[in-house]
Amino acid sequence: MFHMRFSAYGDEHGRYDPRLLRRLLGYLRPFAGRITLGLLLVVISTVMSLLGPYLIKVAIDNHIASGDLAGLDRVLLLTLGTYLVGGACFGAQLYLMGWIGQRVLARLRDQIFDHVQRLSLSFFDRQEAGDTMSRLVNDVDTLNQLFSMGLSSLPLDLFTLVGIVAAMLLLNVRLALLSFTVLPFMVASTVIFARRARKAYRLTRQKIGAVSADLQESISSVRVVQSFARERVNQERFDQLNRENRDANVGAAAVASSFFPTVDVLSSIGTAIIVGVGGALALRGEMTVGIIFAFLSYLTRFFMPIRDLSQLYNSLLSAMAGSERIFQLLDTPPAIEDRPGAIALPRLEGRIEFRNVSFAYLPGEPVLHDINLRIEPGETLAIVGPTGAGKTTIASLVGRLYDVTEGAVLVDGHDVRDVQMASLRSQMGVVLQENFVFSGTVMDNIRYGRLDASDEEVIAAARLVNADSFIERLPEGYQTEVMERGANFSLGQRQLIAFARAVLADPRILILDEATSSVDTRTEQLIQRALARLLKGRTSIVIAHRLSTIRSADRVIVIDGGRIVEEGTHDELMARRGLYHDLYMRQYRAEAEEAESRGLAAGLDGTWAPRLAEC
Amino acid sequence: MRSLLRLPGYLRHHWRSAVGAYVSLVVVTASNLVMPSLVRYAIDLGIGSGRVSLLLWIALGIVVVACVRAVFAFLQGYLSERASQGVAFDMRNALYDKIQRLSFSYHDRTQTGQLMTRATSDVETVRFFCGMGLLQLTNTVVMTLGTSAILFVTDWRLALLSLSITPPLLVIVVGFSRKVQPIFMGIQQELARLNTILQENLVGVRVVKAFAREPFERQRFGQQNLTLFGQNLRASRAFATVFPIINTLSGLGTLLILWYGGRQVASGQLSLGQLVAFNTYLLLLLMPLRMLGPLLGLATRASASAQRVFEILDTPLEIADAPHARPLPPIKGRVAFEQVSFAYFGGQKVLDGVSFVAEPGQVVALLGATGSGKTTIINLIPRFYDVTEGRVTIDGYDVRDVTLESLRRQIGIVLQESMLFGGTIRENIAFGVPGASLDDIIAVAKAAHAHDFIMSFPQGYDTPVGERGVTLSGGQRQRIAIARALLLDPRILILDDSTSSVDVETEYQIQQALRTLMKDRTSFVIAQRLSTVRHADLILVLDRGRVVARGTHQELIRESGIYAEIYDLQLRQGSQPAGEAGPSEARAPGPDQDRRGRQAPSQAPAPAC
Ligand SMILES: Nc1ncnc2c1ncn2[C@@H]1O[C@H](COP(=O)(O)OP(=O)(O)OP(=O)(O)O)[C@@H](O)[C@H]1O
Ligand SMILES: Nc1ncnc2c1ncn2[C@@H]1O[C@H](COP(=O)(O)OP(=O)(O)OP(=O)(O)O)[C@@H](O)[C@H]1O
Ligand SMILES: [Mg+2]
Repeated sequence: MFHMRFSAYGDEHGRYDPRLLRRLLGYLRPFAGRITLGLLLVVISTVMSLLGPYLIKVAIDNHIASGDLAGLDRVLLLTLGTYLVGGACFGAQLYLMGWIGQRVLARLRDQIFDHVQRLSLSFFDRQEAGDTMSRLVNDVDTLNQLFSMGLSSLPLDLFTLVGIVAAMLLLNVRLALLSFTVLPFMVASTVIFARRARKAYRLTRQKIGAVSADLQESISSVRVVQSFARERVNQERFDQLNRENRDANVGAAAVASSFFPTVDVLSSIGTAIIVGVGGALALRGEMTVGIIFAFLSYLTRFFMPIRDLSQLYNSLLSAMAGSERIFQLLDTPPAIEDRPGAIALPRLEGRIEFRNVSFAYLPGEPVLHDINLRIEPGETLAIVGPTGAGKTTIASLVGRLYDVTEGAVLVDGHDVRDVQMASLRSQMGVVLQENFVFSGTVMDNIRYGRLDASDEEVIAAARLVNADSFIERLPEGYQTEVMERGANFSLGQRQLIAFARAVLADPRILILDEATSSVDTRTEQLIQRALARLLKGRTSIVIAHRLSTIRSADRVIVIDGGRIVEEGTHDELMARRGLYHDLYMRQYRAEAEEAESRGLAAGLDGTWAPRLAEC
Repeated sequence: MRSLLRLPGYLRHHWRSAVGAYVSLVVVTASNLVMPSLVRYAIDLGIGSGRVSLLLWIALGIVVVACVRAVFAFLQGYLSERASQGVAFDMRNALYDKIQRLSFSYHDRTQTGQLMTRATSDVETVRFFCGMGLLQLTNTVVMTLGTSAILFVTDWRLALLSLSITPPLLVIVVGFSRKVQPIFMGIQQELARLNTILQENLVGVRVVKAFAREPFERQRFGQQNLTLFGQNLRASRAFATVFPIINTLSGLGTLLILWYGGRQVASGQLSLGQLVAFNTYLLLLLMPLRMLGPLLGLATRASASAQRVFEILDTPLEIADAPHARPLPPIKGRVAFEQVSFAYFGGQKVLDGVSFVAEPGQVVALLGATGSGKTTIINLIPRFYDVTEGRVTIDGYDVRDVTLESLRRQIGIVLQESMLFGGTIRENIAFGVPGASLDDIIAVAKAAHAHDFIMSFPQGYDTPVGERGVTLSGGQRQRIAIARALLLDPRILILDDSTSSVDVETEYQIQQALRTLMKDRTSFVIAQRLSTVRHADLILVLDRGRVVARGTHQELIRESGIYAEIYDLQLRQGSQPAGEAGPSEARAPGPDQDRRGRQAPSQAPAPAC
């Protein structure tokens, strides 16, 4: 939407750039040899199928008529032979063309996926997942229809048409030219048709994309829909999109179905001209009846190839509309890419530096302002601040998930824009605020952090974040299947899995963004203890609202409104009595007030002082 | 193939288009037959008679017939598309409706990619068949029967002979469709897997990128793509084998006639003219027979897809209104769990004998370790899942005895994951009350402490939030989700860990606002922070699906080891070394209590008791 122009090819009048077709055909180029072979097979099987009727005619005229039974059997055997050879060629050609078509589709799908993988996050922020899915599935399928029906019949039909035209010209130039007077009209109607059809097909592609996008969103958020008993409203919305899709298709069908009949009427007018004018000429003796007869039988034979070709043209136009959307996606440049000559980072020491960094997700809406920050190797930096202040954003910039608008982010002195992203990110471990688990087993999910980790290492990582206790309670332990988006685990458990994944990565830079926000206090406490060990020797950025989580940090920065407003150690910041102090105290100011208002302070003292004394 | 038998039921709603399309097809076929005779007529009669006017009339006739043919050819294409698109429309709507009503449990086990493939690709395949496919198939069958009848009338012995190829043809055709049906099933299955991988990658793109796992995902996708390719190839191979066989067999009919007929003619039992005439008709029969192969391919493919579509449509709803269900009248909000046990689909017991009562207006807090069953408990109140044992009642009504909509409409819930939608902030807040006024929306946004940040966006309430709300920060999203629930003005309010991503200051303010709002509603609160929980009228401490302690904050501090321990931990976290403690914290009980527990920041905190 935002990132894709209306159309990479062609203009809003519905005209396509010829490059689109050329590019589409480019996918066939690697198979030129096979296609030639396929065409050869088509020719053979066609010749065979034409030979059949001829041989039968011979059988009837020459053998049956003369009672030559032995000759008849010979001819019949020969005919059977042509059937078999023709059949074999037909089969081989079907398979070959099927193979080529599927190969091209698979190639396209791979290409789309690869490209989508390269696109940067800003693309995904705005593009609906379902629409992208529709491009890869439904739009690619329009090509399937083209390849599966079109490829093999095209040359034959063209050949037939050319043959007929040539024959007519040879027979009688005058008559031929006369019947060709309808040709300009045919061309004109084709042009008009094509323009309308393109628009119509484009619309169908967009609409199925919209249906797909709505489906995707509705299915993945069906729980919220049900919670709010919103089914009816949603149904109405889908009904609308679905209806638009239907109408677009019916509209396209109206255009498509009008093409062939138009051509048919025009070619019949050609026939009528021949009958009328040719007949008159014959009556005047200027032409033989035989020629007219031959002309007319040729003209009726126009019918089939023209029908086939117009169908083919339809699927071509539909495929163009589909491939337009595919190429649009393929041509969307990744906002973030390794630049040529980007270096692969060696093992990191882990120094991170923000130099005058400003950042905006959307132009004109800056989220970070002039951030200057230095994190030494091995240091643990905590970022705190009100929600929406820009903490997650800062963390995203380190791994170059987005590019800074101004300034630079440096890792070990290298601008992150100058290094290969993979070499940077593979040395980072991240627990995202929005944690995500994949379908697969628990083991697979943790192993995602480091693909070559052994089972023992996976289990050790799980143990470190205290995830093993719940995993081992599962009947199938680490082999338990994780349903889509971790539906069969509690949110806290999913966080622990994601945490274990980051730990397993054994990263040089560890980023924990609200990594334990949904984990209970006691488990968190256990993790905290393990964390001290884990963080040793690694640079880490810890973001948390529960300030207990950041106690082990060496330094704290406080972000507010996209700026660093305070920086220092916990003690320094407490002494400064600024925002950090307020936030920190808030955590139990509430409790204090509560205690006071209920007059409980004394009671509390009494109740739990002894418990502490037991320790 | 049985699934295809259900398609007429769908076509029935579009019978006018379907019949119209078929009639048009017949007219087109007829005019196709008329046209050559008309031309022959022109030659024989027109030129023969030597009358130019007659010739012109015939020429006109040709154009008229062509026009008629054109109109009906158009109608045939248009109407068949209309009918088939109508079927697809109905099917998609039915699927959507069903998907929306299928239980949480079903969605837990089902992948989005699966459902999407069925609602798009499978429906499309079925549609394709329902239009042209079915039309052509009907036509082929009618043509075959028609020409067979003509053949029988012409010469029944020859007819029998030429039809002798039909049994083997049928055997092949049936065997073929049996064989390719699973292949097509496989294709759709693999496509769904491919879709699932894609969908997961699109939604989980942040993780993929953060771990630089693009090559891994690419390989995973490539692998699946290859499998799909292989499966498609199997279909191609099947077709490539069977189509030529069908063609050859049908051609064999002619040869048999000539072989036998030739001998008959030789022995004088048949005239040559009869044989030729017969053979001409036989050629007519050949056409539809050759169409049979591709059409059957379409049909089998459609039947595989239809089966997949119907599989969803036929899935019984685990959670649906009982036949005797009544709408739940406006409730007071007394929620009772009576000996409730619960296990997720095919899993272990997650809740075990949970009983409690929340009186109208009370605040019930749930506390417990990760995975102890807190979310599960609240999932049972709006009947997202059905209890395995025991019952859940609201104002004395078993939740299974009332209609789902009336039940859920009176419950406002903030799910643990604040899933938003791709529209604007305003649309998101108004999710449960689509017609809500802006004033109401602003009011709840203020209560959820979202108003300020919303207004800080240039577009304010009309700011689009991206799919799933990706363009908002975690805390912003949670506050929108709270506002969304508040707008329902529910009698029962459920907050599942709904401020976990919000900073303490904001959280405090939300709590203040909520406290007033909760006054006359029954509320359930899940939170890790005791400060959120401690005002509750009833706190349930859960451990592995059992309620191990219950009571008010005061009671629990005294009586529950777990609770006291958590309290201990959290206060310790809020503690300050004495030297730094300012006047504000001096009022708090924590620091005084916990001074001994204070550790240097870089060291691990002391172990809890
Ligand atoms: N992908 C995005 N596109 C556009 N704007 C965004 C995007 N992600 C975040 N923002 C905006 O940037 C600002 C900072 O967001 P960020 O996620 O960094 O906040 P945060 O400090 O992590 O907050 P929280 O504590 O709630 O997680 C917010 O106003 C948010 O709406
Ligand atoms: N849809 C599901 N299918 C199968 N098992 C599930 C499902 N949802 C949760 N579980 C399991 O049930 C148990 C309880 O989960 P629940 O979500 O109720 O925990 P919770 O107390 O809310 O935890 P958290 O604090 O992490 O949110 C967990 O062990 C979890 O793995
Ligand atoms: Mg954040």
